[in-house]
Amino acid sequence: MNQENIQRLGIVVSGSLNKGVEVRLDSSASVEDMVVGRYVTIEGQKRRFFGMITDVSLGVIDQKLTLTPPDVSNPFIAEVIAGTATYGTLHILPMLTISGDVASLIEGPQPVKTVPSHFSTVNLASDRDIELVFGKEDKERFWIGNPLDMETKLCLSMEKLVERSSGVFGKSGTGKTFFTRQLLIGTLQKGKAANLIFDMNSEYGWESTSEQGRNVKALKQLFPSRVAVFTLDEESSRRRRVSTDFVVRIGYDEIEPEDMVLLRQTLNLTEPAVEAVYQIYRRFGRNWLQEASELKDPDQIKELLKELGIHESTYQNLQRGLATIRRLPFLLPHSPDNAVSCVLDYLDRGINVVLEFGRYKDVASYVLVANLLTRRIYAQYQKRTEKAMAEDTVKPQPLVITIEEAHKFLNPEVASQTIFGTIAREMRKYNVTLLVIDQRPSGIDEEVMSQIGTKIAFLLDNERDIDSVLAGVSGKGELKSVLAKLASKQQALIFGHAVPMPVAFQPREYGSAESYKHFIPSAETEIEKQAEKDIEELWG
Amino acid sequence: MSTDEVQRVGEVVEASTTDFVAQCYELYQTPPLGSLVKTMDLTVELYGIVYNATTTSIEPGRRPIARGRDEASDDEIYRSNPQLLKLLRSEFSALVVGHRQGDILYRYLPPKPARIHSFVYLCSTEEVKEFSQSFDFLNMLINTHLPVSTDELVAACLRQMSQAYEDRHAFLVAAGKELAILLGGEFNQLKSILGRIRQ
Repeated sequence: MNQENIQRLGIVVSGSLNKGVEVRLDSSASVEDMVVGRYVTIEGQKRRFFGMITDVSLGVIDQKLTLTPPDVSNPFIAEVIAGTATYGTLHILPMLTISGDVASLIEGPQPVKTVPSHFSTVNLASDRDIELVFGKEDKERFWIGNPLDMETKLCLSMEKLVERSSGVFGKSGTGKTFFTRQLLIGTLQKGKAANLIFDMNSEYGWESTSEQGRNVKALKQLFPSRVAVFTLDEESSRRRRVSTDFVVRIGYDEIEPEDMVLLRQTLNLTEPAVEAVYQIYRRFGRNWLQEASELKDPDQIKELLKELGIHESTYQNLQRGLATIRRLPFLLPHSPDNAVSCVLDYLDRGINVVLEFGRYKDVASYVLVANLLTRRIYAQYQKRTEKAMAEDTVKPQPLVITIEEAHKFLNPEVASQTIFGTIAREMRKYNVTLLVIDQRPSGIDEEVMSQIGTKIAFLLDNERDIDSVLAGVSGKGELKSVLAKLASKQQALIFGHAVPMPVAFQPREYGSAESYKHFIPSAETEIEKQAEKDIEELWG
Repeated sequence: MSTDEVQRVGEVVEASTTDFVAQCYELYQTPPLGSLVKTMDLTVELYGIVYNATTTSIEPGRRPIARGRDEASDDEIYRSNPQLLKLLRSEFSALVVGHRQGDILYRYLPPKPARIHSFVYLCSTEEVKEFSQSFDFLNMLINTHLPVSTDELVAACLRQMSQAYEDRHAFLVAAGKELAILLGGEFNQLKSILGRIRQ
């Protein structure tokens, strides 16, 4: 290990596995340099521990000091009492260990099951330590940023990330969108999954502006050959000079009763009205929406309602809701092409799909389209995966569906009914996972939240939001203090499945010409990849 | 004080395990309070810290009487009464804080007290530096009951020792830190000592 980089902080003086250990700071280490979220190593007798600073406090050896403070204006006295009569204490949550034997070196860091012995030395983690825990940037790992106050690259295994659903949470303006863009680039760069992005605010496909008013490139501009932009609003896309690949139109016959369930709140439908949809669907089949809207004759309606046992007021309620849907411009009685098969077709070819909503960013359109497409795509994936399992062939490429405003799909009332709830719960079985982006994680169903594998939390200051993000994480209390102290911009805490331990980090820079260079794989690697692919195809 | 030659300051006239008293060869030539002195046994060198000094009549029952009524200055008194220099004596007491046996320096009490009539020397700068490499002796100073106040003695001792160092500040800070730990519960005492050694 490089001795020069090691900065000794102090020694372990007390602690427990549950609550973390107390470290007394050496007099040479200034308490003001210690920040919550920094990453430290503890050299135990038999093993090394990795942990995070979760609290910093001040102590005095004699209570009289607090009553009659010494004259610290004299530098001599200040220097003498620093670290002796007065001292700093760190609260550290050990998270991983590496024992000295060969087996554990191969397995890598393991979760902690014990605490370091008394007076073990505590050092600031060096770049090497970070690398040991999080790995280096390579074929599989993507550099997402730097741990707070460190220069080291923090890398994330994209394969692990897409194995489970993940979530990006944070208040508005904390950098969620910028970071999500990077995560998507990561999956693109490493080729670990196909993405389907429901881009409510048209930010991921083509360029958008940052808060400083700078134009920021998005996926299609960086990976023109591997990203397709679909749009619901051709006009808006054209105005923004986006080169779109497909204009999504949805036929009435593609809407199923399940799609209406999700819209119940948005359309202000009553419970019986949703039931009525099922009945009408049973009666008319695929064309139910068309048929239902064409009913004009009062007698005919009365007869139908009587036959189906639907109350008059329920019917009125339903009609009002259906009228809202019919007003959506991208809905046609009959759509010329099938958007679902087109999306699937692109995804099959390994092309990522960004669906822009343009002006139609009202909740009804978003929920309807996202749910409708996802349900069908998921069904296809399910079919294919089952087939692959039965025939023992290769499973379809993992699919990551990105949704914004996730609480609209995953709130406790609808989570059990929407496809997103199902994906979040059953997830990886069929190789489809979610990347949810939300400002109010407390609005998301607890059950779904508990199934999200990797969570990336930007600053949250609502108590309920923090609790919901950290639910079920070990060391919750400690992480809470880290989370609450994040800067209001571009600082986040990542924890869960894809990372061996929680770490507070600063996402890497995005938006300058220089930054794009690092995101786009160089021509050489592209050629290499192509060659590999050719070899694979040649030899099967 | 010369750094090269060791200065002889007196002769042991009274000794116990914890301290010894030495008489100076010249009246009033006692080493400064807190200075490090040493005396030699056959095989052991004893180190002591001067904690007290007295000048008295050589006969315990005979007190000096005032003689200066007709003299212009106090120096004149000694000049007109040269016998005084023989009738008075200066003594100093040193607390034993360590010893050297062979080449090894121990910062704790020697097995035997000093011998009467052994010479007492003022330690050289090098010896002071060597002895103050560790602050173990501070504990002895603090925990011994002496006629002079502990705070005064500790402060005087550290002031004396710091003169041996080029970087006096660093030495005093290190010593201060040691004191802060030793006097953990006695913040007022610490404050009083620090007040006496700050520059």
